[in-house]
Amino acid sequence: MDRLDQYFGVHGTALTLRSERMQILASNIANAATPGFKARDLDFRAMLADQEQPAAATLRRTSAAHLSADSGGGIPGGRPHLLYRQPLQPSLDGNTVELATEQVQFAETAIRYRSSLSFLNSRIGNLMAAMKGE
Amino acid sequence: MSLGIFDIAGRAMSAQLLRLNSSASNLANAGSVSTTEEGAFRSLKPVFQTVYEGNSGKATVNVLGVVRAAMEPQRRYEPGNPLADDKGYVHVAAVDPNAELVEIVETSRQYRNNIEVLETAKSLTLETLRLGR
Repeated sequence: MDRLDQYFGVHGTALTLRSERMQILASNIANAATPGFKARDLDFRAMLADQEQPAAATLRRTSAAHLSADSGGGIPGGRPHLLYRQPLQPSLDGNTVELATEQVQFAETAIRYRSSLSFLNSRIGNLMAAMKGE
Repeated sequence: MSLGIFDIAGRAMSAQLLRLNSSASNLANAGSVSTTEEGAFRSLKPVFQTVYEGNSGKATVNVLGVVRAAMEPQRRYEPGNPLADDKGYVHVAAVDPNAELVEIVETSRQYRNNIEVLETAKSLTLETLRLGR
């Protein structure tokens, strides 16, 4: 890993993953009134672990018809760590979006995104101070 | 096509606005009468559909179209009404005002949620642009 990447640590990756997660949550909020829509969410911890330590060994696929070992939620070709939300109270039209849950998750992700930003900002500040040598 | 957070919330807002417009037309026409059954107003309902972006999990909303509700207009005996047919009946618009009011409240709440998403996304983008300054 690059020295500079090492200096910024996990925060750069975390920032990207959090923005991905916010897009998924925004999709849930956007589809609050669509019948049959199933709310989804990313498993942030598992995604970050994947980014930090790529799996030591993966299955090699010799044909396009082979299933990947790490398919999202058991769906062939699905995205890993993209899971379905379990509704507290499913509605009759099959929609599993619960606005309260989604809003809380969205707000939390926004705050965590901000904290990643401020960690990065302070690292950049330190780096600048070291470069200027004032 | 790549969906950004602004596309997702923006398209959801236009869909909700269409839903609000249909409910407003339904409420405005509640109680209106017609001489024939065919001429009576039937409430408008938008049909929403999810648009997925591949397997990425991102999705927005599309309005498939606006359909007429399956409710039948009621016949009322009003011989004094100038719109009454030769037997003295008028056909009243097939609108449930209570259902429409509930629909309007729900729509405005979901519209507001999407605005909230847009505002948060905007401020986070601006903060990211200022990174390191």
